[in-house]
Amino acid sequence: MSPRGSVVGETARVRVRDVGHDAVLVELGDTAEALSLAQHARASRVAALEVVPGARTVLFDGVSDRAALHAVLDRWVPDTGGGEGPLVELLTTYDGADLAVVAAAWGTDTAEVVRRHQDVEFVAAFCGFAPGFAYLAGLPESLAVPRLDTPRTRVPAGSVALAGAWCGVYPTASPGGWQLIGHTGATLWDVARSEPALLAPGTRVRFVAHA
Amino acid sequence: MPDVSTAQSAASWHVLEAGALVLVQDRGRPGLAHLGVPRAGWLDPRAATFANRLVGNVEDAAVLEVAGGGLRVRHHGTGRWVAVTGATGEVSVDGVARDAGRPTWVPPGAVLALGPARDGVRRWLAVGGGVDVAPVLGSRSTDTLAWVGPPPVRAGDVLPLGATHAPPAPLDVEAPTRRGPLRLVPGPRVDWFVDDVVARLCAHDYVVTADSNRVGLRLSGAALERGRSDDRPSELPSEGMVAGAVQVPPDGLPVVFLADHPTTGGYPVVAVVDPRDLGRCAQLRPGDAVRFVSSA
Repeated sequence: MSPRGSVVGETARVRVRDVGHDAVLVELGDTAEALSLAQHARASRVAALEVVPGARTVLFDGVSDRAALHAVLDRWVPDTGGGEGPLVELLTTYDGADLAVVAAAWGTDTAEVVRRHQDVEFVAAFCGFAPGFAYLAGLPESLAVPRLDTPRTRVPAGSVALAGAWCGVYPTASPGGWQLIGHTGATLWDVARSEPALLAPGTRVRFVAHA
Repeated sequence: MPDVSTAQSAASWHVLEAGALVLVQDRGRPGLAHLGVPRAGWLDPRAATFANRLVGNVEDAAVLEVAGGGLRVRHHGTGRWVAVTGATGEVSVDGVARDAGRPTWVPPGAVLALGPARDGVRRWLAVGGGVDVAPVLGSRSTDTLAWVGPPPVRAGDVLPLGATHAPPAPLDVEAPTRRGPLRLVPGPRVDWFVDDVVARLCAHDYVVTADSNRVGLRLSGAALERGRSDDRPSELPSEGMVAGAVQVPPDGLPVVFLADHPTTGGYPVVAVVDPRDLGRCAQLRPGDAVRFVSSA
């Protein structure tokens, strides 16, 4: 039950924790490493039912062969450049209800928020909260903003929002506690598509202001 | 010339009455957790696949999971075998009582009725050929967290039934249900809690609360305290979750994640319930006592 230290690859030290009998949680140093390991494991066709990246972890659920999993971990060399995934551009109207609040938090005006947000190349680190809801990494911690004290009961689909240093786009209308800065008309989630999630982990994302 | 074999096998159910939560379920949609899609699927695989075996189905044919009341359907088309497993309760065909847990023939035009669960929560109704609603992302299961999959079954719905492949298996038997405490394995985040947290978790009965559902079994009882630590963040960065995870929110009251659990979460998991014991959680009612035992 105690975590086991394990040296992996050339450079990374990871911690491997058992999750019940059938799953393993690998702890990494940061979000980029977690995404890198998840992509590597998926490309290696690791013997697991699920490979689920988190903010600083990768969960391997339904692990049928632990030795094979450890072999995959051993072969992993962290690639934290994050530049290999497909690039999606999201045409965005910056009209969110919390845009001024975010500007105040960043110590600037709304035009500068719009400019800085477009300057960032985000990467979808992991999904959660709802199908197709990706936690987009790329903003520096210095621009982190708090969640709303009281979540909104309904946030429309396509809303572009911030919480902490994460950016996210609501795939469907739902309750939500993130700060809204704009909206996009892109379809984030569609079960009829061959790739239902537009922003699967590893996807690079740029927001482009609607002219 | 019409395709006679297809015409003969066509059958459907016209739903006359449906209780609070009647869902189509199969084994769920594994492999999509990284996109935020819950696994879903029947809450008790053992009981649901037994129902499928009884009627001659492959084990992952879609069944109806009937909770919170009963169900009445009129059978259209060629007759079919059905079987009901899970909680006890009435089963009847055209008003004549039938045994649950063995194959029952439903002729064309007959009304099949299931009464409410008597000693649990959920009953699984399998039919020869399976419930043949359109799959979503490879599964006919309804996920009640994000509502991926077919909508809940309601009065007025027409449910197509699939083609049958094999005769029923009336002599099949269900593996006995294990009794006693729910077995759990400590971790992965025991180090977020006070030292004897697993002993505390296993020392008391917990009580199932009314807000329990397919997402999680919510429990009241002794709160589990977080330990003091300076070398970890105040909140857990979101990480992947498994079925059976015993997640502990800040109020200290454990939640056992079931089939429709969120794929990632930000509260520490103190232990994981053995998947072999998880199916029993499907039958626990508000007020029922739950006891855990550590198998570490």
